[in-house]
Amino acid sequence: MSAKITRRGLLSAGAVSAAAPLAGCDAFDGWLRNDHAVRNFLEGSANGLSYRVQRLLTGGTGLAQEFTEADIRQPMRPNGVTQPPDADYKALAAAGFADWRLEITGLVDKSLSLSLADLRAMPAKTQITRHDCVEGWSCIAKWTGVPLAHVLDLAGVRDEARFVLFRCMDTIERSLSGEVRYYESVDLVDARHPQTILAYGMNDADLPVENGAPLRLRVERQLGYKMAKYLRSIELVSDLAPFGDGKGGYWEDRGYEWYAGI
Amino acid sequence: MTAEATERLSVDEGATIEPPTGKRLVYRQTLATRLTHWTWAACLFFLLLTGLQIFNAHPALYIGDQSGFQFDNAVLRIGAENTDGGPRGYTEIFGARFDTTGVLGLSGSSSLTQQARGFPAWATIPSYYDLATGRVVHFFFAWLLSFTLIGWLVFALWSGHLRRDLAPRLADLKALPRDIADHARLRFHHRREYNTLQKLSYGAVLFVLLPLMIATGLAMSPGFNAFAPWLPELLGGRQTARTIHFVTMLLLVGFFVVHIAMVLAAGPLNELRSIVTGWYRVDADEKKEG
Repeated sequence: MSAKITRRGLLSAGAVSAAAPLAGCDAFDGWLRNDHAVRNFLEGSANGLSYRVQRLLTGGTGLAQEFTEADIRQPMRPNGVTQPPDADYKALAAAGFADWRLEITGLVDKSLSLSLADLRAMPAKTQITRHDCVEGWSCIAKWTGVPLAHVLDLAGVRDEARFVLFRCMDTIERSLSGEVRYYESVDLVDARHPQTILAYGMNDADLPVENGAPLRLRVERQLGYKMAKYLRSIELVSDLAPFGDGKGGYWEDRGYEWYAGI
Repeated sequence: MTAEATERLSVDEGATIEPPTGKRLVYRQTLATRLTHWTWAACLFFLLLTGLQIFNAHPALYIGDQSGFQFDNAVLRIGAENTDGGPRGYTEIFGARFDTTGVLGLSGSSSLTQQARGFPAWATIPSYYDLATGRVVHFFFAWLLSFTLIGWLVFALWSGHLRRDLAPRLADLKALPRDIADHARLRFHHRREYNTLQKLSYGAVLFVLLPLMIATGLAMSPGFNAFAPWLPELLGGRQTARTIHFVTMLLLVGFFVVHIAMVLAAGPLNELRSIVTGWYRVDADEKKEG
């Protein structure tokens, strides 16, 4: 038998043995822990590509699908924190959020402090949309609120601002290093999108506590975890690194993609 | 031009292959075919196991735009429950319930380490529950698969591979009953050309299943839906698209099982050599093509 055949035999045998370790699926666990270089490469390349391609396709104006009243077939499914354990939140809720204020700060011409009545007096937008959870389920509900673009224009966004950071009132995690409150961020394209609203109403009623009272974000072209509930303040920033673990949100700090359009 | 001459021209090393033991080696799989084959094999491996990881975050499938929590539009549900005899895993398909303890709903290496999860640890990447990482790996390989599929399609059209090797001819279709009978009897003809069932099954994977997988995947993306809201509607709603994504996965797994069975039955070393090196040993009695 010629040397060529032997070489081919070796190649075949190599292919078989290369496939063998694939049987056990803890084989890749080590590479896929948060902040491992392999995982970072996969996340950086794929999520960056998804973000750029979707921005290219829909830009600032592509609208999320809207539905009809007949499509609202059940109460909005609550998820994540549904009863904030925080004493300050409970006090505000007990008073019907009369003392609650939304602070708009950071890279703006004029900081704002808005009450729920202030927000309700602003131009309102109502939309029936499908909420897509990262877990895989969907639920259709009607949302009423102020376009975020309107509030941003009132405050005057400075040129250096690149992201809108949302701080929330709910403590989602208690760990040795302290309590962690939910936070999120979006870019200015999504912030100024016509369907991006600060919602105080849901299904023709006040926003319930389990869905984020008194005010939550709706970013209809992204997954549910981007839509921060129990809003406390909005900050215009140029960089997400100084906040939390620097990834732009509570779940992002725990491995989820910052861009959740997919 | 004779077949041998064609072979010599298409070998980059310019090597002449001596026919061993009366049988001929032909250069069957081009480098492009072999590279895309193994790229897709790796992609589908990771896509399957990370897909099951993602599915485990909400192990239920529905028909329509949304998931019924207050109404029932579920077609599949996997879960665990406590019974008098201890915890059990179950799978519900169209309302019919099956006990699937050990595999679906409840699994673990021993009764002490059993946990409630849709698909078991050996079928997911990572092995432990980690939706975020499942998504990261899934989308990376989804991009890689899509790019190589488009690149392959362009190349296959340009090079004639599609027309020459994959498109079924009238003669292929006429030979279909005979080809089915041959496969059923595990009677294989080793030729340079694909047989009818190979052409049909590879064509179904490349032009039906994989595009459907990509389309139903995109239909689940809220960002892509803003660009093409007609896509989830065409597929029956986002949750139906998710269900089709899952069913297409089952069909691809079915293809994989049959594909491997055929490789083993037809002579695994010869088949494997052709998809690794390109060279395939054809039956001695096969006529040479002019």
